[in-house]
Amino acid sequence: MSKHTLSVMVENEPGVLSRVAGLFSGRGFNIYSLNVAPTLEKGVSLMTIVAEGDDGIVEQIVKQLRKLIPTIKVKDLTELQSVEREMVLLKVNAEDSKRAEILRIVDIFRCKVVDVSVDELTIEVTGDQGKIGAIINLLNRFGIKEIARTGNVAMRRSMQIEL
Amino acid sequence: MKLTGAQILLKCLEEEGVDVMFGFPGGAVIDIYDEIPNSSVEHILVRHEQGAIHAADGYARATGRVGVCLVTSGPGATNTVTGIATAYADSIPVVIFTGQVPRALIGNDAFQEVDIVGITRPCTKHNYLVQDIKDLARTVKQAFYLARSGRPGPVLVDLPKDIQQQVTEFEYPDSVSMRSYKPTRKPHIGQIRKVVKLLKKAKRPLIYSGGGVITSGSHEDLTWLGQTLRIPVTSTLMGLGAFPGDDELFLGMLGMHGTYAANMAVNNCDLLLAVGARFDDRVTGKVDTFAPNATIVHIDVDPTSIQKNVSVHVPLVADCKPALASLKAETEGTLDEFDWAADHKPWVEMVQGWAKEHPLTYKDDSENIKPQFVVEKIYEITKGDAIIATEVGQNQMWAAQFYKYARPNTLLTSGGLGTMGYGFPAALGAQRAFPDKLVLDIAGDGSIQMCIQEMMTAVCNNLPVKIIILNNGYLGMVRQWQELFYDKNYCATCMDAQPDFVKLAEAYGAAGYRVTEKKDVEKTLREAFAVDKPVIVDIRVEKEENVYPMVPAGASLTEMLLV
Repeated sequence: MSKHTLSVMVENEPGVLSRVAGLFSGRGFNIYSLNVAPTLEKGVSLMTIVAEGDDGIVEQIVKQLRKLIPTIKVKDLTELQSVEREMVLLKVNAEDSKRAEILRIVDIFRCKVVDVSVDELTIEVTGDQGKIGAIINLLNRFGIKEIARTGNVAMRRSMQIEL
Repeated sequence: MKLTGAQILLKCLEEEGVDVMFGFPGGAVIDIYDEIPNSSVEHILVRHEQGAIHAADGYARATGRVGVCLVTSGPGATNTVTGIATAYADSIPVVIFTGQVPRALIGNDAFQEVDIVGITRPCTKHNYLVQDIKDLARTVKQAFYLARSGRPGPVLVDLPKDIQQQVTEFEYPDSVSMRSYKPTRKPHIGQIRKVVKLLKKAKRPLIYSGGGVITSGSHEDLTWLGQTLRIPVTSTLMGLGAFPGDDELFLGMLGMHGTYAANMAVNNCDLLLAVGARFDDRVTGKVDTFAPNATIVHIDVDPTSIQKNVSVHVPLVADCKPALASLKAETEGTLDEFDWAADHKPWVEMVQGWAKEHPLTYKDDSENIKPQFVVEKIYEITKGDAIIATEVGQNQMWAAQFYKYARPNTLLTSGGLGTMGYGFPAALGAQRAFPDKLVLDIAGDGSIQMCIQEMMTAVCNNLPVKIIILNNGYLGMVRQWQELFYDKNYCATCMDAQPDFVKLAEAYGAAGYRVTEKKDVEKTLREAFAVDKPVIVDIRVEKEENVYPMVPAGASLTEMLLV
């Protein structure tokens, strides 16, 4: 089982999201995150889906997505060199005694504080899964009161370099 | 020319060459029905919407054209769902038009409102809710194109009542252009040459032919390949009729109720050429031991079918028709230099040896009527020149085993979904398409009661379908499983409380016969087939006869229970 990031270009028509979501639930595929938004091209939306499964399952997921009539293109970015980012909002307990340390972590991770109150900080983090996992891990001990995540968005790198 | 939505719909159907549709009216389609008398499209009124969709499906299977069905919103629409799923499982091109409440009421839980597009999303190839009258003609065009192209399937178009009433300029598009839908058709020539090379190398090749061969109309090339290169052929239930059933190279069905020869051939072949088939669990048995000695080539138009259940060595995504034509073209040149017949002779002899060792058979009885005997008699009397629809269960398997299908599109059966009640309405659709042909429904006493109401449709539309009930007073296939695997706990499978089928037929204005003596079987069938109206022949067969061979669910194909 591994996670695959799939970039799925679809016709932006009513019901397209439920076609995709229904495909995953109906066939028992696992979906980890899903992000959808319009592209620059009129009538076309881009979905970034992180799906879990072994190679055979992921191959089926890709083929089944392609089979949906409104699907224009499906790319498995995991097979390519790509840039992946997710944005997360974290509301963290921040009493006076802990605030300085939290701000230091925010600084190190190059995140932003986007809201502040007497005893809470809301932090905006953008990064790949590694960075997000790391900061959540570090902030956990202060107490994360709320979390909202966008799910991954991803793009193939312009230059695919042989390593 | 300005037309209403209802008029536009009927114009579109005329443009698509639709000559008949099967339907049932209701409030949300009354505008369409209002226009039907002005159209060249004939409407056949069924007695239940499930009958309409199955009839459209049967029409499609028998003709190869798109079947059409028209029903109202809400319950009218939901009653078609079983039939839509049936068509979807077997890749049958049908277009279903459903009425919908006016757009302003959608989402309000209005009278007879359901989200039929949501309900049928997983069992249609695609579906539409028409939200703008300007999209109507294009949507209908796309629906027909999608239904029949690539891997065919059902397409549903939901039509709000106010759209049917609105007026707009009508123009039917000449062609369909969809950037997101370009079905693969032509095979990759490199892959074709690879297959030819494998065929030459193989000493024990086997063709495993499926419904895709019939759908694509490639039965002639398949037959040529089998007969010319001397390759034995086995078929799925859906593929029966693509290769002549009486040919010496034809092994019959494979899988759960396949023949001994076919299943042994799968187990021993060194090359398995799967064409338009999808390695269904009823075909493969235990996947790990399926065709263990073979290099597997898989030709299918649907990429999702490939590598889904069984890992294959040579995938070939293409419509079966150009793929088999290309295989033929590439092998035709080898006929002078390569003696295919001599090369495959020992293998063909081995396979035919299996067929002799354990042919498809049953223990005949001098007194009791064996259901297999009835099917054999039907074959004998019709000389194979009939369209056979079946219900689902034992009747279906005997109809598949003991009738030799000579041509494609002559067996109409719910293979993938296994829908009881399918056969009779499907036979009506086929009879409407071929008024002069003998169309039979080989039924069980359980299945026939699921859509028996369509007898009225048959009678009042002069569709003289002949229903042959293999009446054993049981839901026979389930009873067989209970006997073999559930300690004979015949819970809920004994159905000996049943109507008098002869009187039932007569009540509808059809003819009814009952056969209780073996000696009367042939005589009565002949008499029934000559009657120019719908007929029920109620044949009291051996009650606890089983379908054999049988591979228990999940077992390997070689673990067959024989007669």
